Amino acid sequence: MCKYKGVLPWALGGTLLAVAFLSAVLFVKPIGVSTQFVIADAAVWDVINPDIIKENTESKTGYSSPNAYLNKSGGKYAKNAANPLNYSFVFVLAMMFGAYLSSKISGDKPESNQESIMPKAWSDNFGTSPKKRFIWAFIAGFIVLFGARLAGGCTSGHMMSGMMQTSLSGYLFALGLFATSIPLAIILYKKR
Amino acid sequence: MELYLAIALGTLFGFALNRAGATNPENIINMLRFTDLRLMKTILFAIGLSSIVLFSGLKLGFIDAGHISIKAAYLGVVAGGALLGVGFAIAGYCPGTGLAALATGRKDALFFVLGGFAGAFAFTLAYGWLKANTSLFDSILGGKVSLAETGSKYEHLIAIDGTMLGILLGLAFIGIAIAVPKSLR
Repeated sequence: MCKYKGVLPWALGGTLLAVAFLSAVLFVKPIGVSTQFVIADAAVWDVINPDIIKENTESKTGYSSPNAYLNKSGGKYAKNAANPLNYSFVFVLAMMFGAYLSSKISGDKPESNQESIMPKAWSDNFGTSPKKRFIWAFIAGFIVLFGARLAGGCTSGHMMSGMMQTSLSGYLFALGLFATSIPLAIILYKKR
Repeated sequence: MELYLAIALGTLFGFALNRAGATNPENIINMLRFTDLRLMKTILFAIGLSSIVLFSGLKLGFIDAGHISIKAAYLGVVAGGALLGVGFAIAGYCPGTGLAALATGRKDALFFVLGGFAGAFAFTLAYGWLKANTSLFDSILGGKVSLAETGSKYEHLIAIDGTMLGILLGLAFIGIAIAVPKSLR
């Protein structure tokens, strides 16, 4: 029961998470993460192909793109990718810093090299090959972000921020998320 | 000013994710296979407490209703959530916790994040076709709606006092958080 090193008891951990989500709404807007994967992609894409983001005075945001997704909502993503030093992008970088900081001051971090490569549940069921774990982590990441963008948000934006505001979309997202993840985890991770 | 807020609020969020145990894929997998539900209790408690304070704050006026942001509900939300769930179960990471876990030194999280960039890019390319040829983006019950009235520009579905409903739903989440056992298997 006490493999929960560096982690707060659930009521305290939940309170701390609530403080983070509430502070964001109080000062700026609800937390979201997965959009920034698109922004980072588009910023790199624009370096390789400068035609992908264009300044355009006729667009609502002042930017447009020949790509339908980046051009959505008056070129909102195109604008943010052209100016990555914006609130949402810096927020995600700071989130990584916050997790790093916490892990350095006795928070949760991998306790061994093995654990930094795969969780115990994985090695118990699929062996200790790092290559196998890395390939599946890559595939999983692909599926997760494709799904998150199709859904228009992820666990942070839809489930946490959404459900706290009683958004219909938050409930629908959680329904889809747990309908697949729970059965699949039970099937995949039999041994423990 | 906004960038200073981004740094402060982002750091707080990443710190909280780590201290809640959400950056450890073992905890996510154990939650999903019901062998350790403490993270589920943490998440339910966080949603409930946030709801109660949010709806009280909106009523008392210390939270600006203009900061409310309701995402659209459409078929793709359920489909995308289901897809996300597949990767969530395989890796034990979601987009936010994957990035945060990478920062705490988890090497598999690096591959998860790289896969994430590829998946987000694939969607960026696929969006135009999906929008034109599927009904995934058809909205459900008006799209950007909440259950409880928030006093913002968004419509709501349930016609009772929004503050009361928001607080009741929050209390329900906290009740479930308390009722859920620490493990089921």
